[in-house]
Amino acid sequence: MDYLLTEEQKMIKELAHKIAEEKIRPVAAKYDLTEEFPWEVMKVAGESDMFGLFIPEEYGGMGVNVLNLCLATEEFSRACGGIAVCYAASALGTFPIVLFGNDQQKKKYLPDLAKGKKIAAFGLTEPEAGSDAASIKTTAVKKGDYYILNGMKHFITNGGDAETYTVVAMTDKNKGARGASAFIVEKGTPGFTFGKKEEKLGIRASSTRELVFNDCKVPAENLLAKEGMGFIVTMKTFDMSRPGVAAQALGIAQGAMECAAKYARQRVQFGKPISSFQGIQWMLADMATEVEAARALVYACARAIDAGCKDVGRDSAMAKLFASDVAMKVSTDAIQILGGYGYMKDYPAEKYMRDAKITQIYEGTNQIQRNIIGLQLIKDMAK
Amino acid sequence: MNIIVCIKQVPETTEVRINPETNTLIRDGVKSIINPFDMYAIEEAVRLKERFGGKVSVVTMGPPQAECALREAISMGADDGFLVCDRAFAGSDTWATSYTLAGAIRKIGAFDLIICGKQASDGDTAQVGPGIATHLDIPQVTYVKKIEEAGEKSMRVERMLEEGFEIIETPLPALITVVKEINDPRIPSLKGMMRAKSAKITMLGQKDLNLNTTKIGLCGSPTQVVKIFTPPQRQGGQMLQGEAAEAAKQLVGLIKDEVN
Amino acid sequence: MAIKIILDKCTGCSLCVKTCPFGAIKVNAARKAEVDTVKCTLCGACVDSCKFKAIELVKTQERCVMPGIENYKGIWVFIEQKKGKVQSVAYELLGKAHELSGKLGCQVSGVLIGHGMDDQLDELFWHGADNIYLVEAPELANFQDEPYTNILVELIKKHKPEIMLCGATAIGRSLISRVAITVNAGLTADCTGLDIDPKRKILLQTRPAFGGNIMATIISPNHRPQMSTVRHKVMQPMAPDKHRKGKVIRETFPSSLYASRTRLLDIVEEVESLVNIAEADIIVSGGRGMGAKDNFKILEELAHVLGAAVGSSRAAVDAGWMPYSHQVGQTGRTVAPKIYFACGISGQIQHLVGMQSSKIIVAVNKDPEAPIFKIATYGILGDVMEVVPSLTKAFKQALNK
Repeated sequence: MDYLLTEEQKMIKELAHKIAEEKIRPVAAKYDLTEEFPWEVMKVAGESDMFGLFIPEEYGGMGVNVLNLCLATEEFSRACGGIAVCYAASALGTFPIVLFGNDQQKKKYLPDLAKGKKIAAFGLTEPEAGSDAASIKTTAVKKGDYYILNGMKHFITNGGDAETYTVVAMTDKNKGARGASAFIVEKGTPGFTFGKKEEKLGIRASSTRELVFNDCKVPAENLLAKEGMGFIVTMKTFDMSRPGVAAQALGIAQGAMECAAKYARQRVQFGKPISSFQGIQWMLADMATEVEAARALVYACARAIDAGCKDVGRDSAMAKLFASDVAMKVSTDAIQILGGYGYMKDYPAEKYMRDAKITQIYEGTNQIQRNIIGLQLIKDMAK
Repeated sequence: MNIIVCIKQVPETTEVRINPETNTLIRDGVKSIINPFDMYAIEEAVRLKERFGGKVSVVTMGPPQAECALREAISMGADDGFLVCDRAFAGSDTWATSYTLAGAIRKIGAFDLIICGKQASDGDTAQVGPGIATHLDIPQVTYVKKIEEAGEKSMRVERMLEEGFEIIETPLPALITVVKEINDPRIPSLKGMMRAKSAKITMLGQKDLNLNTTKIGLCGSPTQVVKIFTPPQRQGGQMLQGEAAEAAKQLVGLIKDEVN
Repeated sequence: MAIKIILDKCTGCSLCVKTCPFGAIKVNAARKAEVDTVKCTLCGACVDSCKFKAIELVKTQERCVMPGIENYKGIWVFIEQKKGKVQSVAYELLGKAHELSGKLGCQVSGVLIGHGMDDQLDELFWHGADNIYLVEAPELANFQDEPYTNILVELIKKHKPEIMLCGATAIGRSLISRVAITVNAGLTADCTGLDIDPKRKILLQTRPAFGGNIMATIISPNHRPQMSTVRHKVMQPMAPDKHRKGKVIRETFPSSLYASRTRLLDIVEEVESLVNIAEADIIVSGGRGMGAKDNFKILEELAHVLGAAVGSSRAAVDAGWMPYSHQVGQTGRTVAPKIYFACGISGQIQHLVGMQSSKIIVAVNKDPEAPIFKIATYGILGDVMEVVPSLTKAFKQALNK
């Protein structure tokens, strides 16, 4: 389907596709096995200005554009969802600074992030606070010119490999959700260490680690916006980054579908390529339609955000929910089409399914997304 | 350092297929790309510019669509492009091509270094680079796999041979042809691609270059193609049956006399 | 020169469309052939293919003819030497030159430039040279583009050979391009076939193009010398005839011609641990189907038993399993051994181009659809990890090693 992309958007898609085919696809299987962080891919993406797609021009970026970010993430994910998320999660960790940072903070951190010289990560989730984000226990106590952070984050994407972290901690427990604040914390800050690296089912090239704060002294000037703004920063950040997760799911779905279609044309059974059987054609047709519907939702939502539309929360929740469910379904069907070969690690199909699953879980589980959509719907009905 | 890179737009031969019925090339939908060896030339030129400052100009002789090859080179960091194009140049063999390109380079202006890829993946002759150097009467070093040192007046390079390499010092201006061992061509940046879209491409035709008409196009081409045919297909032979050990024994029986 | 479709004769049968290697003809809505003048290179392939003689190449401009070409006689071979030793490609070219000289009724001369080369001359006569033009000086011991070009150009101007052959080596290709430009001669690179047109008595040069997908026959009728480079192992040397003798013609030139703007500072040899694949009579080659770097050990074992070199497809080199110097194919080396073992190599055209002239090809692959089986002399369908060790064992026994 023609989404009437501008010349610039077509260029971004074309370049991201080139990087995906020439630099990501050849190493995807290797990194999936070894779980190494794909530094050289990040370097290429940085030098190609891809990290600039979520950073304003005045700080060295290409200008913040959610659709551009989605186009790049989608193309990267088509080749490898794991390597793509290293890129997309840096966007997640950068948005708090882009949206709420003061000029000084932006000048300090954004230029390196725009060039991919440094990677970012977002630290919110804790062992006792997943969907129930408001139950975070990490504290930040003001002491003179510093905030002292104590506590632990886990399941943090890019944890340990990123240099720039935006972390949400409680500054005032009594205020509940209004008592959280967001901070920029640099790797290497005394008292800030990393816990174990998780071994995951999928997106294995991406590193997932615990962030451990032990009397970690964060300079007061690293507070983002004001005390108490922590969850506002979080929500606004997610609004911008959620389409990126949807785009990752979309790319995985697209890659899985292409893999299955290609296989179906080559595999001969009963004297014919299996692509000539109606059953397979119907499966592929359903897969293609679902992927296209997901794409339409993701692009429309991204465009709305870029156009400055208000109340995009529900739209981005829908895009993430739908695209991730489609990715899971399409990648599972792709394995089915490859039959026995789909189950073998020698063939690329099974990786898509393993990578797809997380998109239904992180950045707000699909159940939370449904909450968001449902609540908004009811609210709208009441008008 | 003022550097001129000569590039050629070629069909992507990995995609070229033979029509099984007529035994001819299927040219439909075959993409045009920058000759793979020229990518290394462009990359090396841009790296030299990043080290020493200066300018990189890209020049190509070809039909109007070769313009996108020039723009792709600019997206990698070249500064401007020149398209040498004219009906009068059609039918040129390597002699006339190198003469024409040399003429275009004289028109483009002063340079310190010309870089060419080792050979083009369609013609595979590797003659145009040295041809240009000869027409311009400048020294050449072919098959350069590394530039060890470069200065204003000279350059020291490693030239790849079959069993090793030579270290050669050449004064500038000079022409070098490069092999793929020399570098890893970069992926263009978005800023580069945007610059390439609006970059200036100068067309150079016979009226701009005023070349000797007996030395261009068909007239200036000593070689002529008289016949094109598909090579006789090598036929498959025998499939040896049986388990590994059995098939191995059979094969040994068949060919052991060929082994000294 | 222009191309014309004679519309009355054209039936729109599309034979020309299929023949054109440049996609420059199509059949238009009026069911007549139409030429895309931008893509058309006036090669004339369509003219021959048209059954109705409906295509014409019209000469609007006479091709330039070099004056005095009838005075050029004899076939010359550039005798490449490295460190004072004549390279084997020179003997191969002398063999071919000797064969061609029979058809032209002329002599074969070698051109040897170097220093202290006297001990190499007899062997050149035994292999087909009638004369050797010898140019020696200390500064000419090692090849450099400019002095060698200057000398060759002077020799050509003085002695006027009608044909000049040279090895398509790093040295040869560099040198001969400069010479061809300077003397305004036609040069055809990487010829796989050389013959004499019986009527016109000119050299017919056949070479591959588009990565070997098509072959082209090329002539340089109006310029002399007709120059060709030929790859190693394409032509056969003649059996050395130790009774053959010849003339040595020593030439010297003003030392200014021996000067070079470039300076050769050093020659660094990289010694290969295994036999140089281009020279090997037997090559055992591995591709992506080998699976891993360590698995190449079984190929090395087979190669050891056979006294063979180990080769590689591009896929294995790109995966880091083998160094590039072992790569066979379009972007690697072209080899023509007596026996080529292709193990776990699917047989993509880019690889075939580098080895399809091998006398015997043995393919081992677990994929029955692998294209390599279509050109292999003997094919074994199976797992390389089982078949190759079986071959090693069987050859070991048969050769009593």
